[in-house]
Amino acid sequence: MSLPKPVMRGLLGKRLRFHLPIAFTLSVIAAVAFKYAVTEPRKQAYADFYKQYDAMKEFSAMREAGVFESVRPSGE
Amino acid sequence: MTFSILIPYPTIPCLTHFRPVALPLVVAVNGRRKEVREERKINSMLATRALRLLGSRALPASVCVRGGHGVAKVEDYALPAYFDRRENPLPDIRFVANLSPEQKSLKEKEKGPWASLSNDEKIALYRISFNQSFAEMNKGTQEWKSVVAGMLFFIGVTGFVVLWQRKFVYGDVPHTLSAEYKEQELQRMLDMRINPVEGFSAHWDYENKQWKK
Repeated sequence: MSLPKPVMRGLLGKRLRFHLPIAFTLSVIAAVAFKYAVTEPRKQAYADFYKQYDAMKEFSAMREAGVFESVRPSGE
Repeated sequence: MTFSILIPYPTIPCLTHFRPVALPLVVAVNGRRKEVREERKINSMLATRALRLLGSRALPASVCVRGGHGVAKVEDYALPAYFDRRENPLPDIRFVANLSPEQKSLKEKEKGPWASLSNDEKIALYRISFNQSFAEMNKGTQEWKSVVAGMLFFIGVTGFVVLWQRKFVYGDVPHTLSAEYKEQELQRMLDMRINPVEGFSAHWDYENKQWKK
């Protein structure tokens, strides 16, 4: 019948002191991981694509396939 | 907890000089309850005998309505009730309304120094005032299993309903969903170079006219 008195004060502060550093660290890790797993490869992919890109060749291929309305394939 | 009392109105004679009794609940202390009973004894023997049969709790004051005193009938639900809730830790009334003689003597002992009470007596006093302890009332049930089972069952029934609908209710799909049409759509997307960097056309090998390995 004689339990110790439970902690009555500072509960929110204690929780924040514990969880906020963890939350902050995890957020930073998530951001860094996203940058190096997603955005950097994507930038590299675009760079590589346009290094070897010949716009006129692509245009002619699309024209021959008939997808344009302003310029029909050279045969017609 | 709550009594549903059927008072045989016609058989209780209400004497005109019968003083309306305050509800025993308002007269919560044992001492005053005895006073009230004494008054009743003085005023009317017959009514007292009848009333005693009904117990001492939740006596509607409507006993006197017939006598033309015009006291409103008090419904059961309008009286203070006992219920076990975490957010209402001290209900308006004790759980046990009619104390047995040992309980009454225990209550008398409670008026003295509490250090003289044994642990069992303290627990007995607690159980007089309260039905369930906080641990008991907050204990979880196994109800969630039935809930999940019901959910899954009805999701399954819905699945049957959907299948039946597909077979018997819906008409044909549009011609644009046929295989040939979808092939033509696919070819057009490749011709237009949809998403050539990382997406759709990036996976097509234009030289060899096939998907990239």
